[in-house]
Amino acid sequence: MDIIGQPIDRKDGKLKVTGTATYAAEFPLKNIAYGVAVVSTISKGHIENIDTSKAKALKGVLDIMTYKNAMQLHQFSSEGPGSGKFAEKDLLPLQSERIFYNGQYIAIVIAKNFETAKHAASLVKVTYNDEKPVFDINQPEAKIYQPAQALNGASPKTERGDATGALSSSAFSIQETYNTPVYHHNPMEPHATAAEWNGDELTVYDATQSVYGNRAAIAGMLGIAKEKVRVISPFIGGGFGSKGFMWGNSILAPMAAKFVGRPVRIVLDRSEQMFTLAGRRSFTIQKISLGADANGKFNSIRHDTTSETSFVDEFVETAGVATKILYDTPHLDIIQNIVRLNKGTPCPTRAPGEAPGTYALEVALDELAYKLNIDPLQLRLTNYAEKNPDDGHEWSAKYLRECYEKGAASIGWASRNQKPGNTKQGKYLIGYGMATATYPANRSKATVGLKLYQDGHAVAACGTQDIGTGTYTVMAQVLADSLGLPIDKVDIKLGDTIYPQGPNSGGSQTMATTGPAVRAAALTVKSKVIKMAIADKKSPFYGQAEEGVMVDNGKLFLKSDPSKSETYTQVLTRNKQPMIETEITTNVSTREPQKTESNPTAKDGNDKEAGSDNKQAGAKKIGASKDETKGNPFVKEDEGHDRKNMSFHSFGAHFVKVLVHPLTGTVKVEKIVSVMDVGKILNDKTAKSQIMGGAIFGIGMALMEGTVYGPTNGRIVTKDLSDYLVPVHADMPIFDVQFIDKADTNISPIGARGAGEIGITGVTAAIANAVYHATGKRIRNLPITPDKLI
Amino acid sequence: MAINEQEDLLVSKPSGSTRREFLQQASALGTGLAITSSAKAKGLPVNKINFSTPGNVTVSLVVNGKNKTLDVDPRVTLLDALRENLQLMGTKKGCDRGQCGACTVLVEGRRINSCLHLAAMCEGAHVTTIEGIGGVDNLHPMQTAFLKHDAFQCGYCTPGQICSAIGLLKEGHATTDDEIRESMSGNICRCGAYQNILDAIKEVHSGI
Repeated sequence: MDIIGQPIDRKDGKLKVTGTATYAAEFPLKNIAYGVAVVSTISKGHIENIDTSKAKALKGVLDIMTYKNAMQLHQFSSEGPGSGKFAEKDLLPLQSERIFYNGQYIAIVIAKNFETAKHAASLVKVTYNDEKPVFDINQPEAKIYQPAQALNGASPKTERGDATGALSSSAFSIQETYNTPVYHHNPMEPHATAAEWNGDELTVYDATQSVYGNRAAIAGMLGIAKEKVRVISPFIGGGFGSKGFMWGNSILAPMAAKFVGRPVRIVLDRSEQMFTLAGRRSFTIQKISLGADANGKFNSIRHDTTSETSFVDEFVETAGVATKILYDTPHLDIIQNIVRLNKGTPCPTRAPGEAPGTYALEVALDELAYKLNIDPLQLRLTNYAEKNPDDGHEWSAKYLRECYEKGAASIGWASRNQKPGNTKQGKYLIGYGMATATYPANRSKATVGLKLYQDGHAVAACGTQDIGTGTYTVMAQVLADSLGLPIDKVDIKLGDTIYPQGPNSGGSQTMATTGPAVRAAALTVKSKVIKMAIADKKSPFYGQAEEGVMVDNGKLFLKSDPSKSETYTQVLTRNKQPMIETEITTNVSTREPQKTESNPTAKDGNDKEAGSDNKQAGAKKIGASKDETKGNPFVKEDEGHDRKNMSFHSFGAHFVKVLVHPLTGTVKVEKIVSVMDVGKILNDKTAKSQIMGGAIFGIGMALMEGTVYGPTNGRIVTKDLSDYLVPVHADMPIFDVQFIDKADTNISPIGARGAGEIGITGVTAAIANAVYHATGKRIRNLPITPDKLI
Repeated sequence: MAINEQEDLLVSKPSGSTRREFLQQASALGTGLAITSSAKAKGLPVNKINFSTPGNVTVSLVVNGKNKTLDVDPRVTLLDALRENLQLMGTKKGCDRGQCGACTVLVEGRRINSCLHLAAMCEGAHVTTIEGIGGVDNLHPMQTAFLKHDAFQCGYCTPGQICSAIGLLKEGHATTDDEIRESMSGNICRCGAYQNILDAIKEVHSGI
């Protein structure tokens, strides 16, 4: 029985196709009231007067919360989303009259129905004292500076050798600037939170990528114990990073519920609010220099990025992050600068840093290849990094060459005419482009509770989330496989702080992190049952060695004589055990620097206290009363694996064919071949969906997406889905997603690395390179809209 | 597809009204004018709007085959009536302005964006939501095909995609991949399950 790797249908699929999966705004709460946000219409200054009288007089309005009457919040914002990162640490909502950006929270109207709340919100009259905002990097007041650090403590500067000197002595070089615009995540489910108080206990139904992180932040900001707060998020309608950090809705709903003494639900309006109150990807200005010899061997790489942040927090879009590790070069210089603007705060967006960074780097490589008149693929092979060039460490596993080979063969790379603007297919110019994909293989800490019941079914629970990535499904596959049960006898519980603490759903770490914990818990329970059987005189295994007993399909059998068997149910029934349970933590960090014994929680983004929370309000806990991690052989096997001097990254390659209309300049992506090395594939179906989804984000970045700000006031012009274009059915190419599917046994005994973000990396460059091949036009300002090609 | 055809698909005619009449009615309600007189003046079907508690209207709908009578604020959209008044949360609110398709339901068998319709204008309409398409124990072939082809990830746009796909098949004019893609382009899937949605629709279309 090998359930791992099978392309099974999603465990939560039936709920999703029948509309019965419950999202944050959909929990039935008695006596619920509706909160609607009022947002600022200036970009800097302060509120002079806020008149709520007309709105409050409206029948059905319960109250209106502004900075004048809202409860005082405590300053709380940690460094990472797993431990409770409020996205705007210096702008806790409704705490002062100061305005830092257009579209900032200034009031929450609470009414008995949504229509009344929305109408009343339009009646709140605000006068402001304007100050001159800085919302454009080209304004003289805009100050560019180097931040002290980026996300997860990353350094804003990396130097190797003398990149500038080496560049000037290189036989061939290119120096170009690449611009990517602001992108908005636009998950289909708008950010939503419903909050209900029961005495001093709070339940929050939240659209979040981190139930534990949001619990810590909500409790911290309210100044109450974490144990008093329960955060529930079984399904979220897409996040892509926008629900990773915590935003105002998650704290305003509990504040409003307290304020009016009944449950309150706040859902952001797609128009404007989802564009100013829920994060975005910063623009980037990337200056790239490549120096090489006549064969294309790199001598120098410089990657200088400027991105934006707000005046109320510092988020850095680290576009140079992949450049450090992707190619071999003796001289390297990565610089990251930011500028503060009167706009909301940016936050992680699917492959933060890597997505815009690989666009610029991989287009630059294409430019150099054409300048040297060598195959762009050959240029990448010439500079292939056999070890991590940043620290000299061995890769945990790397099959990028195989990705290149398979992708090139599948698209017919060798048979194309490399000369740009020279190939036609009917009336269209056709072009081929390729680029490398890469993303770190993150893993952190997870605790899993597991119960095997007498009737032969098992339930594993973990306070992590399935954000559409397939966590419910692949965790079930790992559980079924490790416990020896059929897939329909296992159930997975996620998205609730009553379960033991799991990782935030970010950094493509969820499965690589929770999978090994599920495995260790399952093997622990299996071992307990086998031990019970071999100690039981009535068992056919009495007196046998534990290693000689196997389990398949819920049945224990002797390896040497499979006719000797009995089921889990028989063992547990005879021994009068209603269930066997355990709770296991695995704690491995693959982020550099490697974690040490003395620094066990280094940058894993987790709450400091691991394990389940016995005091959780209203908890019906899944997991043993005591943690069984200590001395556990399965945990030891995993955590004890030597990962020192090892670097964990995933790699892949995209090959793209585009059609460009020579008169109208419209670009149609006809085919994308994506070959990915993400370790062992746990489920071919869900993994392919991840890669396709990432590639489609890349199509959006390359060809249509981009947030436009008004030049005179900093307001967003493209503030809904009719002006901010995202890819739709009609934009779709044919996808050919392939996997190397070789287990990375260094990251975990399961061998799986994350697949959620790598799909977006590189693909934008591959499309841009294909457009160049088709037209001979090099577009260095995304998106590549038709006006730039005619 | 011609533009007028697209409009035709988006705007249902539950009470036989035209798009122009619908907008006029919506406008009259929204501005809180004396509806009876203004509606009479325009020759609108005032008999279809029933007032009950002051400020509210009574609306009778046939939702998933069951008669439902609602006493709602006249500003309530069909989408919010389904979600908030009838607790049918399968129909999703993605944008509330007809741009994303997450709220697609079938009215008289035709796919519409339920966020662009006021409940009060749907008097007597037969509405089919995802809950009426099929449940976990009796999946509609389109739901089965979506499950089989992994035609969703987060699942939020999925009920709308399925209703839209069923409406599309009834329309009978989308047979090629490109035609299906074009006709499904009002339903955004940010996770990017488009190719799998296409495969699911084709499978049902071909009756496999």
